[in-house]
Amino acid sequence: MRRPGSKDHMVPADQAQLVAAAKSGDRQAFDELVRATYTDVYTLAYRLTGDEEDARDVTQEAYLRAYKGLRRFRGDARFSTWLYRITANCASTAMSKRARHRHDQLDDEAVVADERPEVDPEAMADAELLRDRVNSALEELPERLRAVVVLRDVYDLPHQAIADELGISEAAAKVRLHRARRRLRQRLFPMQGEETAHAV
Amino acid sequence: MRCEDVSRALPEIVDGVAPADLALRRHVEGCLRCQAELVQYRKLLRTLHQLRTEVLEPAPGLLADILAAVEEAGERHALRSMLSGRRVAYAGAIAAATAAGAAGAVIWATRHRRLRAA
Repeated sequence: MRRPGSKDHMVPADQAQLVAAAKSGDRQAFDELVRATYTDVYTLAYRLTGDEEDARDVTQEAYLRAYKGLRRFRGDARFSTWLYRITANCASTAMSKRARHRHDQLDDEAVVADERPEVDPEAMADAELLRDRVNSALEELPERLRAVVVLRDVYDLPHQAIADELGISEAAAKVRLHRARRRLRQRLFPMQGEETAHAV
Repeated sequence: MRCEDVSRALPEIVDGVAPADLALRRHVEGCLRCQAELVQYRKLLRTLHQLRTEVLEPAPGLLADILAAVEEAGERHALRSMLSGRRVAYAGAIAAATAAGAAGAVIWATRHRRLRAA
C-alpha cells in the first residue's frame, strides 16, 4: 500500500543527535533511527527489487550492515543518504543472487510488452494518475535499468555513488540512466511511430 | 541537426547536468516535435522526483524483525568483545608468568654461579 508524504518527520538535527548517540553505542538511539526510517528504506528496497519478500530481506540486511558499520559513517552526507547507498548495495547483491538462481533475463534491449491503456490527455494531466503510471512503468523496466533511474531520479544519488553501490562504472551508470529515461518516456508518452515500435 | 539526434540526446541533458550544445538548443527552439519531447522528459523527471515523498507500507512485523536482528547482532558483538577481552587477559597472564619464570631462572643461575665461585 502506498502512502503519499508520510515518511519520517524527523528533522536532521534530531537525526544527527541520534546518530551520534548510536555511534557511541546507544542501542536505543539506533532503534529509534530504525523506527524513523524503515518504511522509507523498505520503499527503496521494493522499488529496486520489485518484490515484497526480497524488499523485506534487503531492508533487514541494510540495517544490519548499517549497525555494524555505523562507526564508519563520517556524517558528511545525511544519514538517510548513507542508508540509501547501503540499501542499493544490498539490493544489488540480492538481485545478482536472484538472477543466478532464477536465470532471469536481464537483456537491456528486451522489448517491454505493450499493455498500456489508451492514452487519455486529460488523465495525463492528473498528477496522481501519472504517478501511478510511472510506478507501473518503473516496475516493468529491467532491474538493472530500474535501479539506476530510481537511485538517480527518485533518490537523487550522484552517478558515482550509484556506480559504486551497483558495482559498475560511472559511464555504465550513465548509459543505463539514459536508456531507462528513454524507455519510460516512450512508455508514458508514446509519440507517433513509437507505438508501432513497441507493439512489435 | 535532425530530430533523431535531439531525441537521442534529450534523456542525458534534460536534468541540466550535461550541457546541451548550441546546435541542439537552436533545433529545439524551432521544432515543435522536439519541444514536446523535452516537455515530456521534464514531466517524467518531475514525477519521478515526487515519488520520493511516497512510501510503501510494509507487511506487519518488519520493524520487529529488524530490531530483533539488530539486537542479536549486538549481542554477538558484545560476546565477541568479551571473549577477545578474556583472550587478551589470558595471554597477558601467561606472558607475565613466563617473564617471572625467566627472571627467576636468571636469578637462580646467577646465585648458583656465585656460590660455585665462592
